[in-house]
Amino acid sequence: MAAQNIKHALFCAVITLIISYPILGFNLEAQGINVTIVGANATTIMGVFLAALVVFVFQLFRDSIMGKLGNLSSLSSGTHKEPMAENKRVKIESWVLTGIVVLALFWPFFMSRGAVDLATLVLIYIMLALGLNVVVGLAGLLDLGYVAFYAVGAYTFALLSQYLGVSFWFALPIGALLAATFGLVLGFPVLRLRGDYLAIVTLGFGEIIRILLNNWTSLTGGPNGIGGIPDPTLFGMEFGRRVKGEGNTSFHETFNIAYSGEHKVIFLYLIALVLAVITALVIRRFMRMPVGRAWEALREDEIAARSLGLSRTAVKLSAFTIGAFFAGFAGTVFASKQGFISPESFVFLESAIILAIVVLGGMGSQIGVVLAAIAVTILPELAREFSEYRMLIFGAAMVLMMVWRPQGLMPMRRIHIELKKQE
Amino acid sequence: MLEVQNLSMRFGGLLAVDQVSLDVQEREIVSIIGPNGAGKTTVFNCMSGFYTPTGGKILFEGSEVQGKPDYKISRLGMVRTFQHVRLFNQMTVVENLLVAQHRHLNTNLVAGLLKTPNYREREQKSLDRAAYWLERVGLMDLANREAGNLAYGQQRRLEIARCMVTEPKLLMLDEPAAGLNPAETKDLNQLIVSLKEDYCVSVVLIEHDMSLVMDISDRINVINQGRPLASGTPEEIRQNDDVIKAYLGEA
Repeated sequence: MAAQNIKHALFCAVITLIISYPILGFNLEAQGINVTIVGANATTIMGVFLAALVVFVFQLFRDSIMGKLGNLSSLSSGTHKEPMAENKRVKIESWVLTGIVVLALFWPFFMSRGAVDLATLVLIYIMLALGLNVVVGLAGLLDLGYVAFYAVGAYTFALLSQYLGVSFWFALPIGALLAATFGLVLGFPVLRLRGDYLAIVTLGFGEIIRILLNNWTSLTGGPNGIGGIPDPTLFGMEFGRRVKGEGNTSFHETFNIAYSGEHKVIFLYLIALVLAVITALVIRRFMRMPVGRAWEALREDEIAARSLGLSRTAVKLSAFTIGAFFAGFAGTVFASKQGFISPESFVFLESAIILAIVVLGGMGSQIGVVLAAIAVTILPELAREFSEYRMLIFGAAMVLMMVWRPQGLMPMRRIHIELKKQE
Repeated sequence: MLEVQNLSMRFGGLLAVDQVSLDVQEREIVSIIGPNGAGKTTVFNCMSGFYTPTGGKILFEGSEVQGKPDYKISRLGMVRTFQHVRLFNQMTVVENLLVAQHRHLNTNLVAGLLKTPNYREREQKSLDRAAYWLERVGLMDLANREAGNLAYGQQRRLEIARCMVTEPKLLMLDEPAAGLNPAETKDLNQLIVSLKEDYCVSVVLIEHDMSLVMDISDRINVINQGRPLASGTPEEIRQNDDVIKAYLGEA
């Protein structure tokens, strides 16, 4: 036992050295036109060896350390508690959620512009993650090209406003419906595919959309993107300093208040908030409707589902279409928030991040997904001072999550259905 | 009501089912027996639409169903269970029963979002039906447990209940007694007979448990190596020399 531990610990320490020494121990320095390798200073090298030592000691006594960690009551206090009565829990939950939404409504008026901007981004990610949750979490269809539908929503608004001068409010449903159509179109060829094969095809689809946008220069402007996307208006009132659209009035003049750039940011935030809440509520209803149960049944056992009269085509296509619809929503808001979009915003990494949010939050769980969206969007911002290490911290956080809570932040809870007692 | 005529199924060079015929009348329990690998489950898979048979006809209530997609056959009223229990493991027991009633529900998305009276009424009806069948198979207390956490015998019963809520005309049971203890087998025996007597369902049964087969079958078909060997009442089968040979080997 002990000998095995030492061997394992030694192995881990050596691996640590092999990984960290070349990365941290050597620096590239430019001298004129030549680049030379210079050994790092003594402290860095000391640090590397210290890290290896820490890994060694931790691995040596891992069992006892982990055992003590597990006994810490603060970490596992929830696990041994009796579950609350079902109706009580639902009541508390809905009150808390209402409270949070109300708080979120008034919160931006007291915050800085940057914070509100970031919060809008969080809300966009929440919409995306909730939509992807339908496809991946509920229907169990691994979609790696989800960002394509997001791009469709964003580009729909951008193109409609550029060529036809369509406003945000008209573009919003059009963008969502067009994204849904693309979801339907993608759904058909992948009907028979599952798991890995499906993931590869969706990955390809995501890339096709991005490359198309990148190369169709005459329509989309290619890598230069599309700029000058208008901001949303409130009943014909614009939030800019000067009115751009015909027949519009400006917000600050109508209400006779001083112009402030924050009005626009807050307004966008509120739109995103309302749309995110609508997304959450609609999908929540779907989950309890026949269609939601059919998604889950197909994920659990496709053959059994079909033998009970569920059509695979209808169920899969509905999941893809509805998931894509909400991505289109998010895309339209995103285009309006940025004012400028280019294919750069819709790379595979975006798909991966949205998928990470769903997995971290707990597949199928809405509250979990919302929490994860907040964490994943804000964490890199908070870790900004660590500059280049922030992606490292992000990755480490994800690995730790998967080790300790593989089921996600808040695993999905089944809905308790009360049956009328038969007398 | 069901007539299988000269059914054949070929997988490449292997003729798994060769010229098998059988028929099922209303309110009748017909068993298919045979040694392992005889092609019983393949016959089932053809009947339920999982395979498209390479030859022969399957008539259900007078219309040909061979080659139709499985979910359509199921909607006609031919529903099956599986040799290995296939429940929706992470869903609760009630949800399993609700999924099965999908085609009886109002699946219009808008109706569901707005909770129209029609939607509610159908939802309530299916809940009542689920409750009735849970009571019937004795799983009422476990209604909100996850199906995957049930004991094996309970899972078997839930699978039958899940078929019954679809209100089938013909039930196809693939080895329903596999893995059950004698007491559970006896309960199952009574349940199947009651399905026939009280709910007017015809049953096609694949089973290795001879006591169960002999007890409840109205007629038995024996298949050996894909070919029909004998058919008749339990009494006739018991005395059939070919069947004894196939099961016990040449004396």
